[in-house]
Amino acid sequence: MSTQNLFPEDYKTILAPGSHWSLTVRKGMQIKLTDLEGGGNVGMLFFNPTFLSEKYNAPDTLKSQHTFKLTKGHCLYSDMGRVFASIIEDTFGWHETVCGNSHSEHIQSRWGEKHYQSQRNDWLQNGFDAFLVELTKYRLKKQDLAANLNFFSEVSSDPDGKLQLSRQSKKNDSITLRFEMDTLVVMHTCPHPLSTEADYPQKPVQIYLEKAKPVAPDDICFNLCDENRRGFHNNALYHLGMNSSYD
Amino acid sequence: MIKESALNLEDSRSRSKVNAGDYFFQTITAGETFRIVDLEGNQAADTLFYNARDPSERYSASDTIREQAALYLTTGSMLKTNLNRDLIKIVADTCGRHDTVGGACSTESNTVRYDLEKRCMHACRDSWMLAIAEHEEYGLAKEDIGHNINFFMNVPVTPDGQLQFADGVSAPGKYVELIAIMDTIVLISNCPQLNNPCNAYNPTPIEVVVWAAA
Repeated sequence: MSTQNLFPEDYKTILAPGSHWSLTVRKGMQIKLTDLEGGGNVGMLFFNPTFLSEKYNAPDTLKSQHTFKLTKGHCLYSDMGRVFASIIEDTFGWHETVCGNSHSEHIQSRWGEKHYQSQRNDWLQNGFDAFLVELTKYRLKKQDLAANLNFFSEVSSDPDGKLQLSRQSKKNDSITLRFEMDTLVVMHTCPHPLSTEADYPQKPVQIYLEKAKPVAPDDICFNLCDENRRGFHNNALYHLGMNSSYD
Repeated sequence: MIKESALNLEDSRSRSKVNAGDYFFQTITAGETFRIVDLEGNQAADTLFYNARDPSERYSASDTIREQAALYLTTGSMLKTNLNRDLIKIVADTCGRHDTVGGACSTESNTVRYDLEKRCMHACRDSWMLAIAEHEEYGLAKEDIGHNINFFMNVPVTPDGQLQFADGVSAPGKYVELIAIMDTIVLISNCPQLNNPCNAYNPTPIEVVVWAAA
């Protein structure tokens, strides 16, 4: 085995249906998520690996940008006023962040009990347990579980606030997140909690990690609104001195 | 849905006026009813709830929204915990709509929303930090400070996915009344926000009234 493979520039993998994973993504990297078959869902949470108490905050993300849906141009904020990641590309157009996860009782009541003992890797995992498993690896607890992102799921509201899962991604829809600070990314591919599919959606998602292009002066996320400019300034303050030396 | 309460103030077991910028932090036992009154109108009561027997179980906006498949809270809304259990139910509401999407102000989010140099203005999350620091007996820490309810706030979502901060639907004397399904810690920050036109830049007091179980 060549040592060249120990220092890759990028990484591509497939997250199997109903699975979970976590990794630290460095500032300046990007993740492209691709729904390989259509009808997928990716639940995602962010934490600051240095201060795990800093985490993705859906309310701050939505109200800072006066939006309910998330798409290209939007920034994903921490509870400390910083930008974990920016959505730099999106072919789907509407990702939601208020409906949370399925619990095991939802999965059982909709699609029946399928235990690991009999089903092996085709058991029906739920989003809440999937996150708990990953969180516990970092000594995080259920209290640290905030309202998560659900990529590839459009949830819309009527004037009275009634919600529906109104659209899901098509085959090869993708979204690209550029990370603006080091971020612990926790994710699962369990079904959206409002899914009413007849069968548990078994949808794989491709994950492609690579180096992002530097943030240009005309960057769509930075320039979306004054709030995002200020968010990027908070990140700059957080990174102040990182590249300086005494010489 | 607008619904008035049948309870009389004279029968209550406690009445607490909470000024803007202060917090309310008390345990309500299962079966007790409590009312939050918007005394002067268009105030925001940023509220968190916990299972008093195990505060790692707490109010969860996403579980509540998912279970009712609706965004706004009003009479009949069952507030769920992060374990998807029943916590508190709204039993009366003269306001008609309350928000649980917009979250609470913080000094950090103020820098993003208003100005980088507004970080030193008082904010709800600072009130909560002080509350849990001053009352260690509840056993709450920063990770327990989650996604709250904004009683009396109107944050409509449009069909095309915009989030608006509309004028309040509240007015002087409007209230929301809730019955505790489990023993519940109530933590309210009466919002001190001075930068938001929603409260006409004038945060005002609320009152919290508690009735013993019938």
